Amino acid sequence: MSNALKDLLYKMADDALIIGHRNSEWTGIGPMLEEDLAFSSMAQDKIGHAQALYKILNEVLGEADADTLAFKREEKQFKCCHFVEQPIGEYDFSIVRQFLFDHAELIRYDILTQSSFQPLAQLAKKVKGEIKYHVMHADTFVKQLGNGTEESKARIQSSLNYAWHLALGIFEKSEFENDLIAENIFVGEDELKKRWLEKIIPVMESANLKVPATDEIKIVYGGRKGFHSEYLKPLLDEMCEVVRTDIDAEW
Amino acid sequence: MYGSTNLSEEEAKRMNTTVEDPEKLEAFESRIARGEKIEPQDWMPVEYSKQLIRMIEQHAHSEIVGALPEGTWITRAPNFRRKLALIAKVQDEIGHGQLLYSAAETLGKTREEMLNDLLSGKSKYSNVFNYPALTWADIAVIGFLVDGAAIVNQVINSKGSYGPYCRALERICYEESFHLKQGHDNVVYLATGTKHQRAILQDAINRWYRPLLHFFGPPDKQSAHSEKLMKWKVKLASNDDMRNQFLDQYVPKIWELDITFPDPNLKKNDDGIWEFSDPDWNEFKRVINGDGPCNAERIAVRKFAEEAGRWVRQALMNPSEKYVVPLA
Repeated sequence: MSNALKDLLYKMADDALIIGHRNSEWTGIGPMLEEDLAFSSMAQDKIGHAQALYKILNEVLGEADADTLAFKREEKQFKCCHFVEQPIGEYDFSIVRQFLFDHAELIRYDILTQSSFQPLAQLAKKVKGEIKYHVMHADTFVKQLGNGTEESKARIQSSLNYAWHLALGIFEKSEFENDLIAENIFVGEDELKKRWLEKIIPVMESANLKVPATDEIKIVYGGRKGFHSEYLKPLLDEMCEVVRTDIDAEW
Repeated sequence: MYGSTNLSEEEAKRMNTTVEDPEKLEAFESRIARGEKIEPQDWMPVEYSKQLIRMIEQHAHSEIVGALPEGTWITRAPNFRRKLALIAKVQDEIGHGQLLYSAAETLGKTREEMLNDLLSGKSKYSNVFNYPALTWADIAVIGFLVDGAAIVNQVINSKGSYGPYCRALERICYEESFHLKQGHDNVVYLATGTKHQRAILQDAINRWYRPLLHFFGPPDKQSAHSEKLMKWKVKLASNDDMRNQFLDQYVPKIWELDITFPDPNLKKNDDGIWEFSDPDWNEFKRVINGDGPCNAERIAVRKFAEEAGRWVRQALMNPSEKYVVPLA
């Protein structure tokens, strides 16, 4: 069972770390100071979630410490989805990504509060309370911009269309899917996706956005199995730049 | 010059020639002499308000431009502890900017006008942010020494006469004291670390020494004075006094770590006054007038943010067809 657990924790932690990294790139360049502050807060939360998940991997499941897991693994060992790896782009892509990703996160953590794996259930209770605000932030902006000017409507819709099949890649199943369900650790990606659609479609409608059509063959999979977009390697090189200058040093 | 009170000759002249109602002026000055705070709705001399706007605005710009050199290292911070501390710190700086723009707005200039003046070059920000942060050690040095210098300046200014600015500064100083701790911790780790870590720290100190001396502005004997600004408690300490206080507090802390400053003449005299070599005030003037290593880059980034974000701000100004319930 521990392999299934590890797989689940790695993909959640890696998603959080990489989206946190992307969010932090908004520092100093947001469309207004308030959005700089918001993305900065969310980056801190996400990176904190990653750290907490790596800690469980370390303390309960015998993996290396959190800093080693984040800063000293190879690209292939990461289990994040391609969606979080994408560059921040312009603000419309970043806010749409936040909307699609954080709704999935909120539901995932909400479900995990009932997990049979206690350390994760405990953590989920805390994290859920933080992600609630990320979702509120995303909903507010998606609605405002979706109902805003011609330009903002067009931008949000086109980012949504672009993001859609990437976002569906969040729900890529791993080989341990059935074990996780059987052991009551997690209800599974299909169930999560179903509840996610139920949540986001009404918000998109109230934002006057068309729900993009899903084409199964276009869903961007691979991340959960260690196959990544061209964006992850440069991101990791940047993230590990200082560590690699003196690999044994304490920073 | 975080929020600088250095006047040009022309400004200094205007300060002394603008005529105010003598009765009101006297009442205003005696309130300040009694240690009372001036609030936005109170009567105040035109020049008082002008100088405050200029100073608070420059201070606000310094915060948001100052976030740029440090911000580029968030993605490269070497572990969770440093990364989380750095994001939080840079976020604080942006928050200080927001707070200070609000304080300046109480005097009648909008945030938008201030940001436009920043982009056009009409309004300045601290010179120190026109230098590059080349290695991780620069982040340690900025966090410890640049923030240290800023605190010296801000603690003094928080005793000033304008209520909204003083209250903003009190809160800012409280947060800055945490920045200083993380900066010091980072410096200590590098100084007591590997050969490579000590080398990048020494290199960073060598590069930041001069900009740090410039930080408080030109020597008193070179800067235009205004006794009025002192009397009105807009300016509370001279450039040389603040610089001396900074050197007194921080030079020994660096020497303690067996790290040196690139100045053989740096020493404290028996009278408590620090002596140092001429830090090339022409360079200071050049950089402040736009010709420093990073001036163009800093303004270009702010311009990019302004332009790339315009459609978002416009869409938010445009009342949506459906009212969105505010958070919670």
